[in-house]
Amino acid sequence: MRFLFKTSYLQDVRLAKHGGHVFWYGLLVLAMVAAPWLVSEYWLAQLTFILIYSVVGLGLMLLSGFTGLFSLGHAAFIGVGAYTEAALVGAGVPFPLAMAAAGLVSAAVGVVVGLPALRVKGIYLAIATLAFGFIVVEVFARWESMTGGNAGKHVKPPELLGWSADSDLSFYFICLVVAVLATLAILNLLRSPTGRAFVAIRDSEVSAQSLGIHLARYKTLSFAISAALAGIGGALYAHKLKFISPEQFDILQSIDLVLMIVVGGIGSIHGAFLGAIFLITMPQVIAQAKDYLPAVVGQAPGLQGAVYGLVLIAFVLFEPHGIYGRWLKLRTYLQIFPFYRKGMFKRQKSFLKSDRLK
Amino acid sequence: MLQALQIVISGAAQGCIYGLIALGLVLIYKTTETVSFAHGELMMLGAFAGLGFMMLAGFPFWLAFVATVLAMGVFGVALERAVIRPILGQPAFTLVMLTIGIGYVARGLVTMIPAIGTETHTLPVPYKDQIWNVGALVLNVEQMVVIAATGVLCAALYAMFRYTRVGVAMQAASQNQLAAYYMGIPVRRLNGLVWGLAAAVAAIAGLLLAPITFVYANMGIIGLKAIPAAVVGGFGSLPGAIVGGLVIGIVEAASGFYLPEGFKDIAPYAVVLLMLVVRPNGIFGDKLRKKV
Repeated sequence: MRFLFKTSYLQDVRLAKHGGHVFWYGLLVLAMVAAPWLVSEYWLAQLTFILIYSVVGLGLMLLSGFTGLFSLGHAAFIGVGAYTEAALVGAGVPFPLAMAAAGLVSAAVGVVVGLPALRVKGIYLAIATLAFGFIVVEVFARWESMTGGNAGKHVKPPELLGWSADSDLSFYFICLVVAVLATLAILNLLRSPTGRAFVAIRDSEVSAQSLGIHLARYKTLSFAISAALAGIGGALYAHKLKFISPEQFDILQSIDLVLMIVVGGIGSIHGAFLGAIFLITMPQVIAQAKDYLPAVVGQAPGLQGAVYGLVLIAFVLFEPHGIYGRWLKLRTYLQIFPFYRKGMFKRQKSFLKSDRLK
Repeated sequence: MLQALQIVISGAAQGCIYGLIALGLVLIYKTTETVSFAHGELMMLGAFAGLGFMMLAGFPFWLAFVATVLAMGVFGVALERAVIRPILGQPAFTLVMLTIGIGYVARGLVTMIPAIGTETHTLPVPYKDQIWNVGALVLNVEQMVVIAATGVLCAALYAMFRYTRVGVAMQAASQNQLAAYYMGIPVRRLNGLVWGLAAAVAAIAGLLLAPITFVYANMGIIGLKAIPAAVVGGFGSLPGAIVGGLVIGIVEAASGFYLPEGFKDIAPYAVVLLMLVVRPNGIFGDKLRKKV
């Protein structure tokens, strides 16, 4: 067991709470830096996708996990970022600028969506973002001069002052740097007053409001930051795929994103990463498992959807805190062995909390 | 003028389908206060069940219709008992995720049925491809049946909620679960019944829609257009669901005809966004605020 004896206030502020954090996260960073020389080219590509989805997941986690606003149209923000990046890089803008612009344009769109969303709550917000997602995909498909329509659009590799990141290796490092920066930014945001305000809104809007938190401002801000991260993720996504078309950003992608953060563990930064790992490796696992299943099941086209659905149902029913919640339980079990009790993480049962009652 | 009337009628027929699915959504919203994203899939399952009863079991249409509605009703009750009830009392979004999962599984499993799941089928109904000429107006019998059936179903549901014991109990439970529970109303069992009822209504929608489109695994996507219908009518209002469905259906049909290509698909969503900005509680919704 580890006991933390705090001897200075700085220890409360520090991101790494103890030596274990420093050691393990240091090891993780080293492993990620060394990864291109350790894993095959195929897995490097998968790792790049995991990093890209983690950036998007961080944004969605901030919105859903920490501010309590749910979005079923987040793929649209990825799309806005991806098309902005494609257009700007196509016009010869260096990629850090283009990426920042992608984030800003996405954030602006996020504010536009966030404004009507402020009048509505909970499930209505999810419906508003769903509707927005459909409309954006249709705009992508019809605005042919800008997006290439349904035929799609090719994306140039990222360029900076004559240097072009056209190899998988250099692009992997760009993604790694962006993912690390995004994580640090979110971690810092969450321990700032703004982040605390987000969490307060999530836990109770009424009490947050009575503590003087301006609901509209913070909700819009959360939407904007979340959309910006999705836009930056979208910019990376565009470069990774080198080809984008509207159907990559449809409702199914949005649902995949929500599935990602729910399975990863809603309300935790780790959850965004664990969810991304799940989302990217799951199709591989299914593809591998196909060989061992009878042909009737293994070769059926609907297998992946059914497995996704079952996993989602299983997590909602049995592990609402996702993979990260499972890890927390395991860690607690090991730390306080043999004193772990079954009910330690038990969910509180309550009668249906109604927003409708007078 | 005639053309406009024609568009309104075909839009209304489509809108009735949206309205019927939205009716199920509203029923579920009133009891569990969440939106079921699996409702389109329940409709799809209903259509496939009807197909199975007619093609495999060889039932005549009317028998297959009754059998399908009953089977889907039982399925709805079972679904509520198996997966919905354990998470009652959790935040609303939990149930949304759960129903999205149910939708995925339903679509995936139907697609996995060998030789049937990936195909597009036609449901052999007795009134297939018939046309009535009323003056200069050309009426498609399939669409007329949809509108008429919706009317009958609404009347039946109204009678049930107004005059039967179980209907009144459902109303009580939907207005205030806790109070209903204290009055001795078996709230949990009613929740199960409501899911069964919602699934049965979805099955009817599926059977009515099947002759107009086709029966295929992805037909449940239409359920996503029923959500705007429910919002426009006001979540929590049963007549609102039908009216919302009609509004969405007619706007969709009209924008498909008068506006450039592409507007038809997004018209329902544009309407719902507008509605959420202007009047978030919908046409028939009550304005209620949570008090502390």
